[in-house]
Amino acid sequence: MKNLDITKLTAREMREKLLSKEISSREIVSQHLDLIEKKEKDINAFISINKEEALIEGDKIDKKIKNGEKIGPLAGIPIGIKDNIITKNIKTTCGSKMLENFIPPYDATVIEKIKAADGIIIGKNNMDEFAMGSTTENSFFGPTRNPIDLERVPGGSSGGSAAGVGAYEMALALGSDTGGSIRQPASFCGLVGIRPTYGLVSRYGLVALANSLDQIGVIARNVEDATLLLETIIGHDKKDSTSIYMKNKDLLEKLNDNIKGIKIAIPKEFSNVEMDNGIEDIIKNSIKIFEKLGANIEEVSMPHFKYSLATYNILSNAEASSSLSRFDGIRYGYRTKEHSTLDELYMNTRGEAFGKEVKRRILEGTYYLNRNNREKYYNRALKLRTLIIEDFEKVYGKYDIILSPVSPVLPFKMGEDKNYLTNIFTVPVSLAGLPALSIPAGYVEGLPVGIQLIGDKFEELKLLNVALAFERDLALGGEADEI
Amino acid sequence: MKYKTIIGLEIHVELMTNTKIFCSCTNEFGGEINTHTCPVCLGLPGAMPVLNKAVLEYGIKSGIAFNSKIANNTKMDRKNYFYPDLVKGYQISQDEEPLCSGGYIEIELEDGVKTIRLNRIHIEEDTGKSIHTEEGDSLLDYNRAGVPLIEIVTEPDMNTPEEARLFLEKLKSTLEYIEVSDCKMEEGSLRCDININVMDTETGERTNITELKNLNSFRAAVKAMEYEEERHRKLLSQGENTVKETRRWDEIENKTITMREKGEAADFRYVVDGDFLPIIIEEEWIEEIKKNLPELPHDKKARLIREYNIPEYDAGVLTQSRELADFFEKTVEFSKDANQVSNWIMGDVLRRLNDAGLEIKDLKFGPKELADLIELVNEGKISNNIGKKVLRDMFETGKTPETIVKEKGLIQISDAGELEEVINKVLLENQQSIVDYRSGKDRALGFLVGQVMKATRGKANPQMVNKMLKEKLEEE
Repeated sequence: MKNLDITKLTAREMREKLLSKEISSREIVSQHLDLIEKKEKDINAFISINKEEALIEGDKIDKKIKNGEKIGPLAGIPIGIKDNIITKNIKTTCGSKMLENFIPPYDATVIEKIKAADGIIIGKNNMDEFAMGSTTENSFFGPTRNPIDLERVPGGSSGGSAAGVGAYEMALALGSDTGGSIRQPASFCGLVGIRPTYGLVSRYGLVALANSLDQIGVIARNVEDATLLLETIIGHDKKDSTSIYMKNKDLLEKLNDNIKGIKIAIPKEFSNVEMDNGIEDIIKNSIKIFEKLGANIEEVSMPHFKYSLATYNILSNAEASSSLSRFDGIRYGYRTKEHSTLDELYMNTRGEAFGKEVKRRILEGTYYLNRNNREKYYNRALKLRTLIIEDFEKVYGKYDIILSPVSPVLPFKMGEDKNYLTNIFTVPVSLAGLPALSIPAGYVEGLPVGIQLIGDKFEELKLLNVALAFERDLALGGEADEI
Repeated sequence: MKYKTIIGLEIHVELMTNTKIFCSCTNEFGGEINTHTCPVCLGLPGAMPVLNKAVLEYGIKSGIAFNSKIANNTKMDRKNYFYPDLVKGYQISQDEEPLCSGGYIEIELEDGVKTIRLNRIHIEEDTGKSIHTEEGDSLLDYNRAGVPLIEIVTEPDMNTPEEARLFLEKLKSTLEYIEVSDCKMEEGSLRCDININVMDTETGERTNITELKNLNSFRAAVKAMEYEEERHRKLLSQGENTVKETRRWDEIENKTITMREKGEAADFRYVVDGDFLPIIIEEEWIEEIKKNLPELPHDKKARLIREYNIPEYDAGVLTQSRELADFFEKTVEFSKDANQVSNWIMGDVLRRLNDAGLEIKDLKFGPKELADLIELVNEGKISNNIGKKVLRDMFETGKTPETIVKEKGLIQISDAGELEEVINKVLLENQQSIVDYRSGKDRALGFLVGQVMKATRGKANPQMVNKMLKEKLEEE
């Protein structure tokens, strides 16, 4: 088919047209690669582009189709991978000078699954160094820009994944979410971003930031596309002790938009948070839509919400200070040239190769774990985490979904420091290991605003149904503004 | 006693599981450098550890054998420190909730049994090995990274190096018995750190604790402790004190040498390892492991005394290793004469093994062959002395006693006619001895018996020779 802009199709449309032989897999891949080439100087969504390999894989799928062989559910669909997810033979940098030239010898479990489903790894996406940040400005490879407004940040840390999907450089992307790193950039770029239940998707091959909080998830331009990718990557993995069996895996098949009678809770503490103008209106409007769709909405209380950020900062930084210890210049990655003792080797390597934010967080985490501070900070944060989990459990005894803003701030200009505020609604979910998603809910001053829907553990289907119903009613899906 | 020595031990034991603690790499010792490795035990970014269930089982086995309380809930923690042999910048270990708490080991002293309390037993991963070349380079072999360990920590309950040695012997034999470890100090599968200091019982003054490391045998450990005991006492008696430090034993210089001073205790900034779920150990599993636990040395010793009526000392020696006790029991099955079997094993068998630096499993013959040998002696087919020579041949060649006896023509001469011939010849050649004997010199009889044995190359039945000679000497 001539003149068809394949990049504007949804992932599912690509698949349909591929099956009906209207388009070839090679066409899908090459159109995306062409667009990437055109847009990257503005967006910088990629650290590595997997050009040759992607074309080879695309041809393989065309051959399969030609031979009448069965093709996988992600056949031919270009997928961007956040650069903290390990890809065999493809540089995996975590956005850091430390791993600038690190080529891993193995694949993350999610990558194995995508490959088994015939998905095409189109490249590795930019991110805040070691996923520390909310703007994708903290990358050794330069900042990523928001495709909706190039002056503004795309959010982060999965900013490359979100900006790339938003700019149609790929249909789908994998991100990772520790405190909001999928949901917030999805919201900033007008996309759907899902953080699944902790343990639902294997973390094997995800370079750890804070392993009790990290979770791989998906970013897409609509709910069904997101579901397609999510469905492919979930499942128990014996290589990840924290991964969990799930019975209802056929999400896409069961997905429906009937949410009559669903109970939605809104914690009253959330309204105490200071927000940018217009966001509250988006929430009010969303409530109206849900009511129209037959949902019951009530106010609840989550008394420990106010401790979430502090708890999150202590735990995530404490864990990160340990997780990042392996980057010592001994076995792989960057090594300083300036050393005459072992201590100097360590100090100079880490001093030269870690960015400022990474060093700040390692210092902070080390402080919290120090023998003299551990009881005061780390152990108390562990206790608070339990209380926050209990707050959620109480709500899910009576309700199906919790509704909140994703971010209290609109996508802001590059260089503005609003990091600290942006995750206030997303970190409690991470602490509780719950599934949550960000879905576009409207625009304020031309900037996209997402709402966050939070489900109970393993209630992904319910969550997706609510999102689908909302998306269809709002009819925003897939139509982020072109730059 | 004016001075009291206080000794506590920390023992690291490598477990004999098939695979490493967090990955499926082989747990075999050695191997070509950096071949027993994978992304997990190399700690590559993104790789995740998965706890090997066998490691828990071996840890629980050890806990049961040492009377510890097995935790129903436990967890894995990270112990953070930097060292090139540590691939992740942290060691996965257990901090506040060890797999086993408390417990004790009893040692036998001359004046009775002494109980040495354990503080804890926990599971953790071993590190890689640094190899320092003559050119001054440091190379790293990560084959050992991720080898499963248990760390056993005692209370400071030992008061002499000998007590510590007895404790270590008991610990080692028990771990070997329950097949948790091969406990080879020379291969590093049992490593012992010693904390030692001395107290003046009159003034209550104490020296600072010295930590002893790099001890590659029990002998070295004892020597190092004796050296330190003396050093601490001397300083204390001079009104001085030791420096809080880590020292190693120098085999050549025969003394301990400072490795590093210990200022403030290291802060390992323990943190829960979120790569694991909390570990829940069901009571039924503990019971099952307990049920399948082999007989422990202590129980085995008591049973051997009871069942075979052998002396306590013998039973103690025979139960030093499970293989030795098994060898004893199997030999008794064939031979029925437990005391004889015990005597043979405790005597010539162990002596030869010790001389050759071998262990019971290295023997070239089995229990059946030893029983056959004992039977040959008991039946009078060969003398006791010939028996010992046959054993020597068995030890060297692995041939059966029958074959050796046949090949060398060692069957005892018990034919009176044949013996008489030899005796007559000997008497004829030794007239002076006959005179001596008759004049009351009993020694002459021994000489004559010896001559008969010599003439028969030791094969003459000594009892018969004795009797027949006496009769002859007295009848004329």
